[in-house]
Amino acid sequence: MKNRLKVLRAERDWTQAQLASELEVSRQTVNAIEKGKFDPSLPLAFKVARLFGLSIEDIFHYEAAS
Amino acid sequence: MNDSQTRSGDWATSNKKNTTRLRYWTFAWVATMAVAAFGPKIIWDFATMPTILALLVNLAVGFGMIAANKRYLEGLDELHQKIFLDAGALTLGVGLVCGLSYELLEDIKLISFEPEISHLVMLMCLTFLAGMIFGHRRYQ
Repeated sequence: MKNRLKVLRAERDWTQAQLASELEVSRQTVNAIEKGKFDPSLPLAFKVARLFGLSIEDIFHYEAAS
Repeated sequence: MNDSQTRSGDWATSNKKNTTRLRYWTFAWVATMAVAAFGPKIIWDFATMPTILALLVNLAVGFGMIAANKRYLEGLDELHQKIFLDAGALTLGVGLVCGLSYELLEDIKLISFEPEISHLVMLMCLTFLAGMIFGHRRYQ
């Protein structure tokens, strides 16, 4: 799954640590999501979407594994 | 924003508390295990009552440690829960497979000594440690 988390975070000039603090997760988790190494759960995805004032589909894009 | 900062501050504080609580419970469990293991020999000369008491205290503290571990795990974020779960699954598998094979070694006369449970515990600890390190590196 791809996402725009890094771009959205950069637009707001937030560090990974600040975003992690807002989402109540570790900085490592934010980093792993940004790099596409870890897919967040639905509740966390909703939390991210609510934080940025966007819908989940605006942030996360499903890509079938080839 | 302030409300959110307070909540995340609470989350971080709660995690630290859970970690500290687990550390104390683990230390207490190791200490009571040492008392139950060496007390009969060194302190009370195998008297039954203190031995049973030491064992019961060790068991009770052990269950306290399990509860503290559960609370610690529930307090982690989802990535760290996954890393912990993966390492736990690996440890369970390795412990079961290697433990049974190790026990079999003596039955089929490939080794002459009695298999020790402590060897299995050490293997499981090392496997869990390796699983946690691998998990953390994987999601870096």
